Amino acid sequence: MNYSILDEGQLFPLAEGDVSTDAPGRMRVAQDAFEKAMGWQLKPEGLCKGAVCVPVRDRDALVHTDGIDLEEFASVTGRPCSIDAAEGVAAFGTTAASQSSLMESLEAPDFKLPDLSGQTHSLSAYRGNKVLFVAYASW
Amino acid sequence: MPVWQALYEELGPHGFVPITVALDRREDVQPYIEAANPTHPSLIDEAHRTAELYHLLNVPTILWIDEAGMICRPHDSQYATDIFTAFHKKLSGPYLQMIRDWVHTGAGAMSADEIRANQPKPNADSQLARVERALAWHLLNAGRGAAAEPHFDRAAELAPKDWTIQRGSMPLRGGNAFGPEFFALAEKGKFNYGMEDLTPTHAPESAE
Repeated sequence: MNYSILDEGQLFPLAEGDVSTDAPGRMRVAQDAFEKAMGWQLKPEGLCKGAVCVPVRDRDALVHTDGIDLEEFASVTGRPCSIDAAEGVAAFGTTAASQSSLMESLEAPDFKLPDLSGQTHSLSAYRGNKVLFVAYASW
Repeated sequence: MPVWQALYEELGPHGFVPITVALDRREDVQPYIEAANPTHPSLIDEAHRTAELYHLLNVPTILWIDEAGMICRPHDSQYATDIFTAFHKKLSGPYLQMIRDWVHTGAGAMSADEIRANQPKPNADSQLARVERALAWHLLNAGRGAAAEPHFDRAAELAPKDWTIQRGSMPLRGGNAFGPEFFALAEKGKFNYGMEDLTPTHAPESAE
């Protein structure tokens, strides 16, 4: 089984030995691997990312002998998440509050995408120009 | 798309770049890109990352970004040609002229308050729908099409008015985005974009 975390568009493969799906429907990840993939650290004061910490009310629900429970992590941090334990993938997104403040800042979020030839382009490379962002599709 | 290329050739020397982003599988959009043969950035976003970042709800969606990287005109449903004007009732000419005016004089850029008032608003359901869609695409791309299905379904339930999810998933799930599924979706009620008339470019015969 290939295990991975899909976090806001980025894919982090997980080693098989770091993942447990023993509890039905749950995915738990060894603390080291979890911290490396997600950038969140478990500290005495709670779950921390950079200077931000979120208190963990029920530490036993989050930290198990077979690892950090990903669904509980999502619930503690308020992140939208979908876990498909049978497929070994946990996907995390952006909270509505974070997305709203990103949009209200009016900063155009940077992205990096390939063209047909596979060459990648980032929006930020065109700083200094007036950019017309056109999303379209064949459908 | 050839229209954006022509506009790039006309306005590029004045500091203008169209960046077109296809919310598509590479193989589905390839013929369109090859036909237009663009020299401006013509990108492919299979994972719908820009739909997540910009909260895109349909195509086409156009945003203006100024020299400092700030959005200066938000989500606007506008067209480069009049091929589908009979359906959406919009004319491309006035909008293309607006772009020219913006590039030459800065006209058409909106105030911060106006922009915020006209942005679509994400909520918990729309954000979870993006996650489900991302997971569905990841599984499909990994050859796990059957496992992707419930996640596509869940995304569609959570975001009934998001056409990047509703209609954009049709070709991925073996459907036809121009077939009965599409018309059933369109008939469920007029799709409310929130800013459908940001720029009034409606053809005269549709004026009410």
